[in-house]
Amino acid sequence: MQGLRSFLARQVVTAVPYLWLLVFFLAPFLIVLKISLSETAIAMPPYTPVFEGLKDLLEKAKQLSFDNYLWLTEDALYIKAYLSSLRIALVSTLITLIVGYPLAYAMARAPDGLRPVLLMAVILPFWTSFLIRVYAWIGILKPEGLLNQALIGLGLISEPLQIINTDWAVYIGIVYSYLPFMVLPLYASLERLDLRLIEAAMDLGATPLKAFWRITVPLSVPGIVAGSLLVFIPAVGEFVIPDLLGGSDTLMIGRTLWVEFFYNRDWPVASAVAILLLILLVVPIVIFQKMQEKAAR
Amino acid sequence: MAKTLGPVRRSFQPWNDPSEPAYIELRDVTKRFGDFTAVDRQSLVIYEREFFALLGPSGCGKTTLLRMLAGFEEPSEGEMLLQGRPLTGVPPHKRPVNMMFQSYALFPHMSVADNIAFGLKQEGMAKADIAQRVAQMLRLVKLEPFAGRKPAQLSGGQQQRVALARALAKRPKVLLLDEPLGALDKKLREETQFELADLQESLGLTFVIVTHDQEEAMTMADRIAVMDHGRIIQVATPAEIYEAPATRYIADFVGDVNIFEGQAERLEEGKLRIATTAGFAVETVVNGPSLPANGDTVWFAVRPEKMVISHDRPAGASSGPAPNMVEGEVWDIGYLGDVSIYNVKLACGDIVRATRLNAAREVERPITWDDRVWLSWRPDSGVLLAG
Repeated sequence: MQGLRSFLARQVVTAVPYLWLLVFFLAPFLIVLKISLSETAIAMPPYTPVFEGLKDLLEKAKQLSFDNYLWLTEDALYIKAYLSSLRIALVSTLITLIVGYPLAYAMARAPDGLRPVLLMAVILPFWTSFLIRVYAWIGILKPEGLLNQALIGLGLISEPLQIINTDWAVYIGIVYSYLPFMVLPLYASLERLDLRLIEAAMDLGATPLKAFWRITVPLSVPGIVAGSLLVFIPAVGEFVIPDLLGGSDTLMIGRTLWVEFFYNRDWPVASAVAILLLILLVVPIVIFQKMQEKAAR
Repeated sequence: MAKTLGPVRRSFQPWNDPSEPAYIELRDVTKRFGDFTAVDRQSLVIYEREFFALLGPSGCGKTTLLRMLAGFEEPSEGEMLLQGRPLTGVPPHKRPVNMMFQSYALFPHMSVADNIAFGLKQEGMAKADIAQRVAQMLRLVKLEPFAGRKPAQLSGGQQQRVALARALAKRPKVLLLDEPLGALDKKLREETQFELADLQESLGLTFVIVTHDQEEAMTMADRIAVMDHGRIIQVATPAEIYEAPATRYIADFVGDVNIFEGQAERLEEGKLRIATTAGFAVETVVNGPSLPANGDTVWFAVRPEKMVISHDRPAGASSGPAPNMVEGEVWDIGYLGDVSIYNVKLACGDIVRATRLNAAREVERPITWDDRVWLSWRPDSGVLLAG
């Protein structure tokens, strides 16, 4: 009796997070998937439901439409948007890594008393609204903005640089906004690193630079991977930054989604775009995790 | 300290040979960390092929001294030389010195073979030569079947061997060992002590070991430097350190000891009488120039195993106060199997410790708790300590 009760109690406890995931992730996903397999209709809601009950499930299954997915492959716009999103996310992730690594390294090597302060400084921007911080960048990057004024003032340029409304502004925006997500996991893995390993490498004849490449970098790979995924994944679907800072020719999938949903009111195509984006992100991550597991064994 | 007490392990005694050049030499080396002086103006000579131990409690400066030899710390003042060439200012990766780290510092992302090969790769050695040397090192530490394993998949003893192989792979002029056996259990530690000493002798390398474990230092080292508060107090062979400690601190730190305080009184040539505060008298022979004057406060140290414990008053003087003996009551007994430890309480309340070898399996009249016993020692069994 006692055993059964504790068994049930354990089941209930583990059920809570599963239930959460079921209600807030799987259910919405299935709804979006359903919409993506239906046909566009000019109505309210603007789609034709495919099945309303289980009784005619088989009947309706035949009607499932993959047209939306075919449509995505036919129109070059979508493929371009995907590729451009991946490119922008990839480049931004790389820049974030290059900027974030030295930051995290310096933090991990800082005196004990200083580290919490530095950690606070990294988290501090989160206390201001994300939207406000992105808007602030418009003020900095626009032709008569702070950056151009400063550069002209220093005599480095005579004409204001066109940064706002270009991909560069999007890169700056993403790198700025997502830097903490890169720095924190990197810091966590670098802070744990045993300094005697570096000493051992140097003792065995490695120059400080070589010790860094052969010891520090390989041992911080978990941090690099975690940080890169935390930046890359939201950056691919980013909407606010390209919309506010990017130009009309900055093509990103998040923006395409928005246009499909709110301008074209084509929910099925928009849903198909969302599903495809998800697959595009999940598949490589799963493959990567499997590889990690294999390497660990 | 030229005199040699007891048999030395080998005929190897370069420190007694004035023509022997110094291999490692420290000249007035000081190391300060802020206000704290870790090593205070110390000089030291270590000879080629010597197994040299730095012994002391934690915080005595021994590890700092080792890290200065490795190049991780630079001396604040003074000079360090290896084969007459200055070491000061040479970065660690350019020193012909390798270190075996405390808790090993093996590279967790590399296999055993890659760990051992690491130093050789930095040298730019040819691939075939590296493979050959790695195989040789694996054979030396008997780890051939584990070449492909990661450090985390090895036991503590195996990790210790990998660390040793990695440090030896480059054939350094000097191998520095920082508490090399500290993480092993007692049995394995004892085995490894002898292995390490044999290895050092067969490879003909100079080893400098840092340890807080006097047994480890005594088993392996040719000479020991006992350190305290940033100073080297005595440099001598294990037997000299044990039998002729330079100070009360060393007598107390290395092994067990009974120390009696008293007033010195000179008798005839070389003989000294000490009236101890514990109420008995000690008569001892003192050779050397440092004979104390009458009335000086001195300390007399006797090791527990040199105390003879008996029920009967030792022969000699049958009545009246006699020197080198004292009566007491057995306060505590520690039975260790091979030896027994007797804590004897004197009339003044002091506890004196004596050990006795349990040579026979059964004793007719065993010494037991609360027995009245006599402790005695030969005039040359103890050491006179000045400070």
